[in-house]
Parts: sequence; structure tokens; C-alpha cells
Amino acid sequence: MADLPRTGTPAPAAPGRLRKAWDSDIVWSFRHAPVAVVSLVVVTLMVLAAVFAPLIAPYDPFDPGTLNLMNGFTPPMEPNAFTGDTFWLGTDDQGRDVFSTILFGLRISLFVGFMAVALAMVLGITLGLLAGYLGGWVDTIIMRVADVQLTFPAILVAMLIFGVAKGITPPELRNEVAIWVLILAIGLSDWVQFARVVRGATLVEKSRDYVAAARLIGRGSGAIMLRHILPNVLSPVLVIATISLALAIIAEATLSFLGIGAPPTQPSLGTLIRIGQGFLFSGEWWILLFPAATLLALALAVNLLGDWLRDALNPRLR
Amino acid sequence: MTRTTGLLTATLLATTAMAPFAQAETLRWARAGDSLTLDPHAQNEGPTHTIAHQIYEPLLIRDMTGAFEPALATDWAPSPDDPNVWVFNLREGVTFHDGAAFDASDVVFSIERAQTEDSDMKELLTSIVEVRAPDPLTVEFVTDGPNPILPSNLTNLFIIDEDWARANDAVEVQDYEGGEETFAARNANGTGPYVLNSREPDVRTVMTRFEEYWGMDQFPLDVTEIVYTPIQNAATRVAALLSGEVDIIQDMPVQDLGRVAGTDGLDVRTAPQNRTIFFGMNMGAADIETDSVEGANPFADARVRQAMNMAINRDAIKQVVMRGQSQPAGMIAPPFVNGWTAELDATSTDVAAAKALMEEAGYGDGFSVQLDCPNDRYINDEGICQAVVGMMAQIGVTVNLEAMPKAQFFPLISNRTTNFYMLGWGVPTYDSEYIFNFLVHSAEGDRGSWNATGYSNPELDAMIQSLASETDLDARNDTIAAIWEVVQAETIYLPIHHQVLNWGVASNVAIEVDPEDQPKIKYIALN
Repeated sequence: MADLPRTGTPAPAAPGRLRKAWDSDIVWSFRHAPVAVVSLVVVTLMVLAAVFAPLIAPYDPFDPGTLNLMNGFTPPMEPNAFTGDTFWLGTDDQGRDVFSTILFGLRISLFVGFMAVALAMVLGITLGLLAGYLGGWVDTIIMRVADVQLTFPAILVAMLIFGVAKGITPPELRNEVAIWVLILAIGLSDWVQFARVVRGATLVEKSRDYVAAARLIGRGSGAIMLRHILPNVLSPVLVIATISLALAIIAEATLSFLGIGAPPTQPSLGTLIRIGQGFLFSGEWWILLFPAATLLALALAVNLLGDWLRDALNPRLR
Repeated sequence: MTRTTGLLTATLLATTAMAPFAQAETLRWARAGDSLTLDPHAQNEGPTHTIAHQIYEPLLIRDMTGAFEPALATDWAPSPDDPNVWVFNLREGVTFHDGAAFDASDVVFSIERAQTEDSDMKELLTSIVEVRAPDPLTVEFVTDGPNPILPSNLTNLFIIDEDWARANDAVEVQDYEGGEETFAARNANGTGPYVLNSREPDVRTVMTRFEEYWGMDQFPLDVTEIVYTPIQNAATRVAALLSGEVDIIQDMPVQDLGRVAGTDGLDVRTAPQNRTIFFGMNMGAADIETDSVEGANPFADARVRQAMNMAINRDAIKQVVMRGQSQPAGMIAPPFVNGWTAELDATSTDVAAAKALMEEAGYGDGFSVQLDCPNDRYINDEGICQAVVGMMAQIGVTVNLEAMPKAQFFPLISNRTTNFYMLGWGVPTYDSEYIFNFLVHSAEGDRGSWNATGYSNPELDAMIQSLASETDLDARNDTIAAIWEVVQAETIYLPIHHQVLNWGVASNVAIEVDPEDQPKIKYIALN
């Protein structure tokens, strides 16, 4: 570098990595999208609340031994008529503190959401890469399976998987594995989108020169797919993953709302909404309203983030 | 999400809907669950009998106040010549829905059918050794010793047409537990006031008035068509009533009583029900699979059962889960029943003593076990089970709750594949013997079919069997009291409460609440 001619003005101090990141296109567009900023704040807060739920929550709603049935149906911020206890957001029909239950329910919702999307992503990317890169009968089989699965609504597929998995688990393990079964059910019902997008992008990338070059120097198919093609098809995957996260959270809530998701003694947001809707006519609105509002805020924020990400990563919209 | 939004919208719409208008003659009727089968002898279960009562008829029924009323028999009395014989005189000129004439041979056929192995009604007929038809309008029941309460065992025993059964391969009772499908389980041909028109199980059953019905002039029979729709979700069921989509609902959710009563054009009709809710435990097995204890069965220890009984706070369940709409129970017989006493029915809660008992039994660290619970059969059944989960946790028993619809739940009891379960029991005979025969007697022969506890006590069995032929009512009542003493001391069941019945009804529907929760539509007058 020393013998390069210097320009008149001294170069500014080499920008640090943070600075570079701050000035990058994507962050710039983020900084200028207030909706995205707010969404990210909401999602971050909820993730933090879920992660630290055992520290924040005043009660442990999953420990039935600590529940006092007489606390049931306490309105928000009002002392219970029998026990005199007061709860921020009131209690449900079993005397569970709604605020604590929402925090713990968020844990289930987010955990199931993230894990299910991760599963769908791994599965979808792998199959999509294989189908796109190898082509031929591999492509045909994978894509026909995907087509068949697409003809069923995802929630139906999830219910089917859930039912089968529940049938084959021994009863004493059911409550422990219920969450994993949910993840499996939602993840398996959602891989098709990833596979389709990745396959499409792979078909395009496969004919590029860099792939031909890699092939010429004798790299194996696996290495080409993983090291060369995959990084170039990731941005659409990222967008789908975000939107899938919102869908997975809603799918979990739907399954639990239908009474086939999380066990009744470990309520997730969907379970709480199911319980709460039974008490709408009788005026106990808080059991439904607060969990529903939380679910709405979470799903909306994740969706808006996904929308922004899609716009930001789309070169045509720049 | 769409499902949630849909429900929310429905709910909001319902809240703003105007007072309902009942249609002139169609009665739209909803409750939580459907009839399990149309074969009238295959399941001894409330909603199943309720539908059967519209289509079929027994020899005699209980009217809406619980009193006997003649149906296919006009009168009945013990034979003056032989104390072991009951004589029933049958009604003349009765026809089945398909036009066939009714006579004594149909009664003999039906009773014998209900005594067979697959029948769920056989416990009611244990005292009968022979049924004979001396002439086409007389039936004689020969019992094993005099049976003073025989008529009360026949109020849910429906009569089917012999020729119809033979022609349609329905001579044998449907094996409901075995999942058998038969013609008689899907079709019906009775003498009752309503004819089965169409049926889609769990969706919709339509019945129309039988214009040749023998009682056309005796009963109001204002309803010409019944549309019966099971609606499992309580909020949806109430919404349907509030919006005028149905005219009468059973299984009213207790939290909505105020709202329905306060709506113009709707009434809540209330009565104490002849039904007790309780929990049963498999104490007979050496080891059970659904618990955490290896090589032993905690339920086999009477101290564990007692501790669990003491840990249940029945007043809290009444106060919060039932909103005051129940009567805490210390025994599994409702107050209607001969043998009930206030002392046995008293309840108490003592968690500290319960913990001490658990310690004494060697389960101081507790254990975990699965509880099977229906979610569409009894009032707030799942809520009660959840509350009990919490109460059990206080004495170290970790309960894994499995809540399911009754169509999946009841086979667990019939097949003995549950070790801890909820059950509700009504007593149509108004006598303790009925409870003992089904729930206390060892499950063998023609008794004990609903006793999934594995409890078996030959001495007690002998006492129960003696009830059927004991003619001295005082001696019989003494035996009943002695049996109850054992049942209570052994804590065979964990009683929760006696149900209170609430029906939500459009004001123009004149009907009294029946203590067995079985509305008989022929009594309904429409104003």
C-alpha cells in the first residue's frame, strides 16, 4: 500500500465493521422504515419476555400445585372476592394469573414457531437444492410430493401428523412430547414453500458461469450446492422464513385453539384464547382479550418485518 | 386464525341479535353431544336414551316430574297368584312407524334382546328369569324371587319390532365397544311420537311427528318436526340460542345463565338433576401403566384414595367452576335416590391430613398418573378435571390430563383402558340398587359393566344380589345402608357434586325440566 500515490486529502479513518454495517443498504433502508423499527422492537421485547418469563412472571402457571381455584375469574387490577389477591391482568377459570400465563404461553408459541420454521427450512432447502441441482427423476419426485401436499391446507396436514404422532407416543410421555409433536407437525406442513423457492433459484444459479467453473475444477455436487449455490439463494429464503414464522405461530395457536395442541395444563396463547372465548357472554373479557392482543401484536410485527425484508432485499424495488 | 375470527364475528353478531323467533312447529334443539347409537339397547347413556325416547317407547316412562306414566303398557301389577310374577297389560291398537302392529311378542323379543351379552341394559334385568306372553296384549315377567321395584327398571327399556329386527339383521345388540356398525344403529323403527327422518351422526338428526301415534289426543304434541344438532362448543351453543338459531339448549354453560335469562324471549329453566359426578380409579390391577410407580398400583392402597378424596375442595369447584350451580357430594347417589343420607353426603377438605395419609402410604414424594376426562358430556367436565389436577398437585400427585370427546372417552371405560377417569351417573330407578349393580358389584356376569375400578368384594356382591329379591322393604333398606357404609369406607369413588340442570329455552316453548335431563318432546306445547 505504501507506494500507492496518495491523494491530497487524508483518507478518513478506516470505518469500523459496525460503521460499515450501519451504512449498508439494508440497515439504511431499515433505519428509514419506522414500521420495521417498531416491529423489531415489539418482536425483540416479546422474545426477551418469553426467554426471561420465569424471572419476570409473578406466578408459575404451569405448576398446578401453586394454583388456588378460588382465585378464578378475578378481574384485572381488582382484588378477588374470596382471597383478596390482586392480579394485573386478572385470572382465568382455574385461578391462573393471565399475565404470567401469557408470558409462559409466549414461550411455547415462539419456541414452537422458531423450531418449526427451522425444521421446515432445513427440510425445504435440502430438498429444493437437490431437486433444482440434480433435476431429472429426483426433481420430479420431490416436486410431485410437494404438489400433493400443497393441495391440502397446511393446518389439515399438521392435524394429521399431530394425530398420528399422538397415537404412537406412549400415554405417559404424551404431555412431555406434545410440544415436539407440534413442532414436527407444523414444520412438516410448511417445508414446501422453501423447497419451491430454493428449487427455482437453484435452477437459475445452476446455469451461471461460476457454477460451471466450480464444476470444471472438479468440485463435487454436494460442495457446489452448499458452498456456491446456497449462499446465493438465501435472501428469498430469509423472507419466507420470516413470514413462515408468523404463520407457524398462528398455526400453533390454531391447533391449541382447537384443543389438540399444547396440553391443557400448559396453556399456550391459543389455549388461552379457547378458554377465554367460553366466557365472552358472561363478561369475563380479560381471559380472551389479553392473550388475543398479544398473539395479534406478535403475528403482526413478525409479518411486517417480513414484508419490509422482502422489499429491502428485492433489487427491483430499490 | 380464520376459525378464531369466525367465532368472534359469530359471537359479536349474536350479541347484537334480536330476540329469537321460534318457527311455528319445528323445534330446533341443541346440546353438547350426540346420541352414541340408535340401537336402544347398545348404550345405557343419557343423550342416547333422550333421542331414543322420541322414537321408541318403553312399557312405562317417567313424566317430566319423575312420576310413572303408562306408555306401551296401560297398567301393571304383581300377579295375585304368584309374588314372583309381574303382569303388564299392553296398549291396544299401537303400530310401529313402518305400519306393523305392536303386540306382546315384540315385548318378549325386546326384553330378551336387552338381556344378551352385548346389551348395555342387562344390569337392569338381572332379576328377570323369564318373560312370557300368555296372550297378545299381556306380558308376564317372572323374577328370581319377588322384585317390588321391577317397573322402575323398565323406564328406559325400549321396545323394538321383532319382525323388523329379524328382517334387518338386528336381532343381536350392536357391539358398541367393539366398534360394530349395524342396521339398527343407523336406523330406527319404534312406536314413539316421532319418526326418524334423517340422521348424520354428530351433525344433525331430523324427526317428524308420527301421525298414527296412539297418544295423538293425549299429549300436546305441538312440535311437528324436531331438528337436533349437537353443538360441542359451549359459547357457540349459547350464541345459537341467543341468535334464535335454536329454540332449546341443554348443557347450558353456567357462566351464561345470567345473560340468557336477561334476554327478551328466552328463559332459563332450572331443576336439581338426578345425576352425580365423580372420579373412579383402577384399584384392582397389580400395576397400572399410566402412572410413574413401577411394580405397584398406588390406587390399590385405600389410604391413597382417601387422601385424594380429602384433597378435593368441592366448595371451590362449586363456587368457581360451577358458579354455584351444583351441590357438593360426599356420596355418588343424588338426593332423589332411596339410600341417600345427608350424613354420607357431607363433604370436607383437609389437605394437611391428606398429605399425612400419603406419607403413611409411602407416597410422601407423590407420583404421577394420567386422568381421562370427557369434554362434551357433563357440565364443565374439563374445567372440573383441571381444577382437580391442581388439588391433586397439592398432595404431590401429578396428574396428566387427557380431555377428549365422549365418543372417544366412554370406550376407555367399557374396555377398561383407563386407570383414572371422570364419570357421571344418573339413577332412573331412583333406587341405590341401580348404582350398586352398575358401579359397585364386581365386573362379572350381568353386573358391574360400568365398574372400571376393578373393585371386587364377594361379600358385598352377595349383599347387592340379595337386593333384587328382598321383599321386606325395611330389611332391604338396611342392606342398602350397609353397602353404602362399605362403599364410603373403601373410598371406591371420589364424589364431586350432584348436577343442577339448566336449560335455555325460547319463552314460547312450554316444557318442564326433567330431572333426568331427558326432554320428551311430546309434552311440549308451543304458545
